[in-house]
Amino acid sequence: MRITQGQFSFLPDLTDDEIRLQVDYAISKGWALAVEWTDDPHPRNVYWNMWGLPMFDIKDGAAVVYEINQCRKTNPNTYIKVNAFDNTRGVESAVMSYIVQRPNDEPGFGLTRTETTGRNIRYTTNSYSNQKQPGKRYL
Amino acid sequence: MNKAFEGRITDQKERYKGGVLKYKQMGYWRPDYEPKDTDFICLFRITPQEGVDKEEAAAAVAGESSTATWTVVWTDLLTAHEDYQAKAYRVDPVPGTGPGTDKEAQYFAYIAYDICLFEEGSIANVTASLIGNVFSFKPLKAGRLEDIRVPVAYLKTFKGPPTGIIVERERLDKFGRPLLGATMKPKLGLSGKNYGRVVYEGLTGGLDFTKDDENINSQPFMHWRDRFLFCMEAVNRSQANTGEIKGHYLNVTAGTMEEMYERAEFARDLGSNILMVDLIIGWTAIQSMSNWCRKNDMILHMHRAGHGTYTRQKNHGISFRVIAKWLRMAGVDHLHAGTAVGKLEGDPMTVQGFYNVCRETYNKQDLSRGIFFDQDWIDIKKVMPVASGGIHVGQMHQLVDLFGDDVVLQFGGGTIGHPAGIQAGAIANRVGLEVIIKARNEGKDIVNEGPDILRNAAKNCKPLEQALETWKDVSFNYTSTDTPDFVNTPTTSN
Repeated sequence: MRITQGQFSFLPDLTDDEIRLQVDYAISKGWALAVEWTDDPHPRNVYWNMWGLPMFDIKDGAAVVYEINQCRKTNPNTYIKVNAFDNTRGVESAVMSYIVQRPNDEPGFGLTRTETTGRNIRYTTNSYSNQKQPGKRYL
Repeated sequence: MNKAFEGRITDQKERYKGGVLKYKQMGYWRPDYEPKDTDFICLFRITPQEGVDKEEAAAAVAGESSTATWTVVWTDLLTAHEDYQAKAYRVDPVPGTGPGTDKEAQYFAYIAYDICLFEEGSIANVTASLIGNVFSFKPLKAGRLEDIRVPVAYLKTFKGPPTGIIVERERLDKFGRPLLGATMKPKLGLSGKNYGRVVYEGLTGGLDFTKDDENINSQPFMHWRDRFLFCMEAVNRSQANTGEIKGHYLNVTAGTMEEMYERAEFARDLGSNILMVDLIIGWTAIQSMSNWCRKNDMILHMHRAGHGTYTRQKNHGISFRVIAKWLRMAGVDHLHAGTAVGKLEGDPMTVQGFYNVCRETYNKQDLSRGIFFDQDWIDIKKVMPVASGGIHVGQMHQLVDLFGDDVVLQFGGGTIGHPAGIQAGAIANRVGLEVIIKARNEGKDIVNEGPDILRNAAKNCKPLEQALETWKDVSFNYTSTDTPDFVNTPTTSN
């Protein structure tokens, strides 16, 4: 399967040049950029690992692409995404988020159904990769 | 001379003439009045009956929407009645009406209301005052509430949307693009299991949300509990298939509040992240459901069912921009606000005005979009507008250009009607959306290059190719009924 989180998961994986154009767009808007990675892509895992602090007041998109590549080197075969933050009053949240690296194999998720009262069911989404400990999930 | 002492006028003709004259005399026309920051200001479009002058008509609206009755009553004298009187303070002719045109004379009447006229936190009370009686009033041929300025002090008595755009996006973990939805079709007749199949296919294909239609409640063909159970199976399965948060707007509209609460609780217990109600449940029920959603971490989707009966015609009713303001105060998270390019009424600039009411932290006066007043929203959360009705992926560049990122684009027929199936329809929409967002961010001119960008993407995406081919000739180019009437007045710069 292919996890479809983020802005561009239905398109072919972005090249570094394409990633740079998206970074430049964020910079042109005055947004801060952050690189995050994880080996736990559960849809409710909102806290991926931060690759350093968000980059505020950044002028050159090349610096962001450099950080993405450093993160890739250190964390190959994991998920990496780029987020942009807008600190405008009334927004103060992420305004972009797109995946820039995926593991070679994405095993996806299973659904556990717990039958309760009547026909009610409690659903739990389980990541197949999470059955292994962190660091050993996508080898 | 005080008409109160002239006695009752029994002759009908004389009485109506006299009755209208009195409003002005009673103090409802105050051209010297300067509205206070704490006043409500309403802009009514009025069409006076023949023989009724414009100031008298405006004064009559002010009177009937505040403290006046058809005659003078001495009991006024027991109150600080001047404070309770609404004050018509300005009347402008509506451009393009009256002598020399083919339309009868209409006027924009500005009326101020003291804040003491209103109960805190109650849209029901606001509407009972402002639109309670005036629209049936005989001295007017027609009236329409065009816009309203709500004083900040009163606005602060409302909690507003239970979730709002920002928190909704954080809960769904979706940023930087419009959300994609689809209304389940056919509207009527599907069994719970068949209905859930459509939900499953749409969400698994790539939609973020699917939606009950406004008239899906609990009919003989599909009891509400069956619908909820099958839909939540579909939502959870598609989440596992895609690794993305998904949702289905479960419509809890029902005959009584008790029934709506019961349905809402069942939806919550099944793990739904969003509920839906129709506008026709009424203001009090909307505010109650909003409170319930706030308490239960639920997004509240509002379908504006029925609004066209009073929003569409320019000379009568209430503009949708006023309804949008009241709904932002009452507290809804999603609001159908028009598509401009789809099958339903909507002049593009007017529709953008509705979106601005939903999404801006401060509305600046913008006559070309029908916004007559500055309105500070004092950090009341933003409502996510929904574009739904007769739109398809071939219009994606226009939709993104008109509405930006913070909107739910709903392709019902444009998903389910795809010749290769519902999943293919959803894929086409999602690929079309992502490729247009990517191109826009890259600095491309999506308005002009959009069709080429979509065609290029279709070379590697069969479902998109089929969608573009199927709907290539579909457009709804009719003249809009509800358009702004204004004349540009140049502003002086010092």
